[in-house]
Amino acid sequence: MRPVAVIGIGKTAFGAFPDRDLRSLAVEAGGKALADAHVSPSKVEAFYLGNFAGPAFAGQNHLAPYIASGLGITGVPCTRFEAACASSGSAFFHAVTSVAAGMYDIVLAAGVEKMTSQPTPVVTEILAGAGDTTGEVRAGATFPALFAMIARRHMFQYGTTREQLAAVAVKNHSNGAKNPLAHMRKVITLEQALAGKPIAEPLTVYDCSLISDGAAVVLIAPLERAFEFTAKPAKILGIAQTSDAVALDQKDDITTFRAVRLAGEKAYKMAGLKAEDIEFAELHDCFTIAEIIATEDLGWVEKGQGGAYALSGKTCLHGERPINPSGGLKSKGHPVGATGVGQICDLVMQIRGEAGDLQVARHSLGLAENLGGSGATAVVTILGKA
Amino acid sequence: MTGTVYTETVVHAAPAQFVADAPYQLAIISLEGGGRITGRILGDRVQIGDRVQLAETRDGISFFRKIFS
Repeated sequence: MRPVAVIGIGKTAFGAFPDRDLRSLAVEAGGKALADAHVSPSKVEAFYLGNFAGPAFAGQNHLAPYIASGLGITGVPCTRFEAACASSGSAFFHAVTSVAAGMYDIVLAAGVEKMTSQPTPVVTEILAGAGDTTGEVRAGATFPALFAMIARRHMFQYGTTREQLAAVAVKNHSNGAKNPLAHMRKVITLEQALAGKPIAEPLTVYDCSLISDGAAVVLIAPLERAFEFTAKPAKILGIAQTSDAVALDQKDDITTFRAVRLAGEKAYKMAGLKAEDIEFAELHDCFTIAEIIATEDLGWVEKGQGGAYALSGKTCLHGERPINPSGGLKSKGHPVGATGVGQICDLVMQIRGEAGDLQVARHSLGLAENLGGSGATAVVTILGKA
Repeated sequence: MTGTVYTETVVHAAPAQFVADAPYQLAIISLEGGGRITGRILGDRVQIGDRVQLAETRDGISFFRKIFS
């Protein structure tokens, strides 16, 4: 295995773009990533695309070559990865393994989703397809409902409060308001978050991430060649993809994401690091409870203390370990298939020191956690200054 | 079939096919004989720890009702 680095990044804004189709978003982000590393499309040796539901949202299949050819990339393997909300985290993981193994040198990993062309009840139904459609979904579970049931159990077992959940939303909106690429650049108060419209009790609209369009792309290469393309490569220190049962009712304890815990342990081991070494993180806050649980599963606090940690201020932009300085899925938006690679772009911007108003003080070691469904796929990546 | 409520939620934003049912209560039930199942709650709302009994199965959905002791 040889060390791998991120040499180029590109993102579209996340938001509702009625005039943009899926391919144009991915091509915009891909063009930015190629330009960032001064690489021509003809040099790309493989294309890994994360997309959750292009066929259902946009009626388009065969997406990887469809998008790659739009970027001027043909003749090389172009493959789509689907792992619910971890689709592009998974695409990135497999892209990294192919370069680490020595199969290719220059590889693009991308993520894209176009969600806002469908009405919300239809989007809700398509998203529910990432659950068990013969069990929980058939009974009427939506994704907010699954995470609401996780939140209820966490509150019951550990005394987690509505205020602690809302604190995640307030913090992430405060960060996202400063992010020029965020979907909802709006500061919210704790009172607003608590009084939000109920979606699935105890979660309100302020506990839920956004339905968004967007794309994100990264270019990777072996570390030994990284400085040919950029003065500021970000080294992949640790990476792991793990899995668990899809249905929530098949898991012993729903207050923990076993796949996240396992991916974290593997990534820390690969990097030779401990949880406390991580300086900042982009976590998968598809719902506020998910950020709280991730801070426990990744080892920054004891099990059950994630709620208190969220309310402590330690995870704010200028706290001791900023979490979701980008605004997270909550404020930045959650174009499902683009989220995982989007998080990698956000880490790289921080590591380069190019995050502008979102820049965190200690930025040489960052972690991204991308969660699929209600925890059946997890990808954890640790990036550092090369 | 009886069991205990392991967790629950009341769904307000329903998927397209269940919009007419909302709001409805969904729960994961720990069954007396072992295992868990996701079902709907009929009648009175339930909380974690409440005992419930299968009332009916319709369209592949298990509907449970609270047992009052």
